[in-house]
Amino acid sequence: MLTYLINGISLGSVYAIIALGYTMVYGIAKMLNFAHGDVIMVGGYAAYCAMAYLGWPPAAAVVFSIAVCTMLGIVIERLAYKPLREATSLAVLITAIGVSYFLQNAALLIWSSNPKIFPNIFASMPPLKIGDAQISAVTIVTICANIIIMIALTLFTGKTKMGKAMRAVSEDKGAATLMGINVNFTISMTFAIGSGLAAIAGVLLCTAYPNLVPTTGAMPGIKAFVAAVFGGIGSIPGAMIGGILLGVIEIVARALVPAVPSDIFVFAVLIIVLLIKPDGLLGRKISEKV
Amino acid sequence: MDKKKMNPASKKAFMNYGLVAVFFVVFQVLLSTKNISSSLAGQLVPMVAYMIMAVSLNLVVGISGELSLGHAGFMSVGAFSAVILEAALTSGMDPSSFNKNTGLKIAVLVAAVVCGAIMAAIAGFLIGIPVLRLKGDYLAIVTLAFGEIIKNLLYCLYVYIDDSGLHFSLDPSSVTGTTVLNGPMGALGVKKISSFAAGIVLLFIILIVIQNLVNSRSGRAIMAIRDNRIAAEASGLHITKYKLMAFVTSAACAGTAGALYALNYSTIVPKKFDFNTSILVLVFVVLGGIGNMTGSLIAAAILTVLPELLRQFQDYRMLVYAIVLILVMLLTNNKKFKDLISNLFKKKKAGEEVQK
Repeated sequence: MLTYLINGISLGSVYAIIALGYTMVYGIAKMLNFAHGDVIMVGGYAAYCAMAYLGWPPAAAVVFSIAVCTMLGIVIERLAYKPLREATSLAVLITAIGVSYFLQNAALLIWSSNPKIFPNIFASMPPLKIGDAQISAVTIVTICANIIIMIALTLFTGKTKMGKAMRAVSEDKGAATLMGINVNFTISMTFAIGSGLAAIAGVLLCTAYPNLVPTTGAMPGIKAFVAAVFGGIGSIPGAMIGGILLGVIEIVARALVPAVPSDIFVFAVLIIVLLIKPDGLLGRKISEKV
Repeated sequence: MDKKKMNPASKKAFMNYGLVAVFFVVFQVLLSTKNISSSLAGQLVPMVAYMIMAVSLNLVVGISGELSLGHAGFMSVGAFSAVILEAALTSGMDPSSFNKNTGLKIAVLVAAVVCGAIMAAIAGFLIGIPVLRLKGDYLAIVTLAFGEIIKNLLYCLYVYIDDSGLHFSLDPSSVTGTTVLNGPMGALGVKKISSFAAGIVLLFIILIVIQNLVNSRSGRAIMAIRDNRIAAEASGLHITKYKLMAFVTSAACAGTAGALYALNYSTIVPKKFDFNTSILVLVFVVLGGIGNMTGSLIAAAILTVLPELLRQFQDYRMLVYAIVLILVMLLTNNKKFKDLISNLFKKKKAGEEVQK
């Protein structure tokens, strides 16, 4: 049971890191960035290429992957989303879906649909033993990475000038502009951070589930989106809690009821939570004004 | 001649019927003169099914103003109920004599489609009650969740026919006799009884239902709730009733589309109706113009055959499709481009007036 719980927290941590990207972008640009899941996939391929073709050490590959995804995030925002700043949210949503198709099919052309086997970058680390339970190194690293990212992000949004600018823009774009905040730059930065996190999530995900294909990011992307809504979209701690809960439910359900696809439980719990708390677990309640 | 002018709403509605009729005649002529490639001919029934889906989703997204990301779930319910009913009705029959008996085929098709629509409507009602309490993105995510749940439930559903009749089971080892639905493998040995003409008839019926709903008192109530929920509630409109009305009608239409679609293939898997299909239909609706039924019809028709037409780009066709999608969204929604286009027209008009 303990193993399931820890594996669940580990998978949940990956969801949480992805969900952070969703939630930050949603908070600031009020858009559902459906291409986020595919940025994870690009991150995975970037790290894979750095290690397999260039022979770089894993640490350098991770940095390379983060750099690639950060750039990709900024480029996507500039080319596809920025021209639609004033358009309806549905128009932006469809554009995001277009970007998602584009990334998946570009990856299909470059790397083909044959799965690439992602190397275990934590192979040299021994697994941790607690009683009978054995916990692999990647699980521990994932959970630690999640905690570090969480603390770093909380400090960043709370203490730094850029973080404060982000919160200001998400609250009121017009007022933020009047206060001398460069709104476009702030939004670009948010995309950069979200995509950088997606790269980390991509590497962790691919280490745990080594089959890398162009659609690798799609399902974790949807799950992370669910996690972000679960915790209350726009809220950073909410994304974290939502992600971890989702991971735990998925792994425990898979272990206890193997005959039924675990996704049923994941989505059923989501529906129940949203019916009881329609703004997510930590969502802000916005009162309606007439 | 009656000099009374038609109101703009029914004018629009009749334009859509005309469009569908023209569409049917054009393709029927192409089909009978064999001026159409076989791959495109094979796309005709799916194309009509997607046109129905687009119109049905437009009722929810455009008229009712709620974003649904799980519409393929209803299509799936309709598809598999139709397939099961078809298998149950034709289980004792000899396949070759069934294929010759056109009247019987039509009767089975009608029964299967009605069954698909009713089952999807029931699913829509059950899902609609909790879902419609939510708002905006939360509503969208719950429809997504229901769509995924329907897909996953079908993954572990086994249906078979033996001597004692039709059986439903969750256990693959209990299956005996003829398998109808085989969990993740989907339905096998479906008799292909839907046709392009049948699809067009269904499309006509659905257009009549939806357009009459939209132009009725209820339709105006639904749009009033979309535009201002609080004002509508204050005017005494029953919010849940009208929202549910739009949602259930839309689900029934999606079920019809699913039945039509499934009965066009000999095998059909639950994975066909996943999140990506819901998104595909949403793309039709948004590209065609939210709330615009004509736009939905045209966008669905063009985008279903577009990958087929892009065949010359071979491996690059889905990439080109993605780029076309992004460019169209940028061109139609960017303020600068819009101003540029409207300025061009203004200048033209101004020029014409000067000439006069």
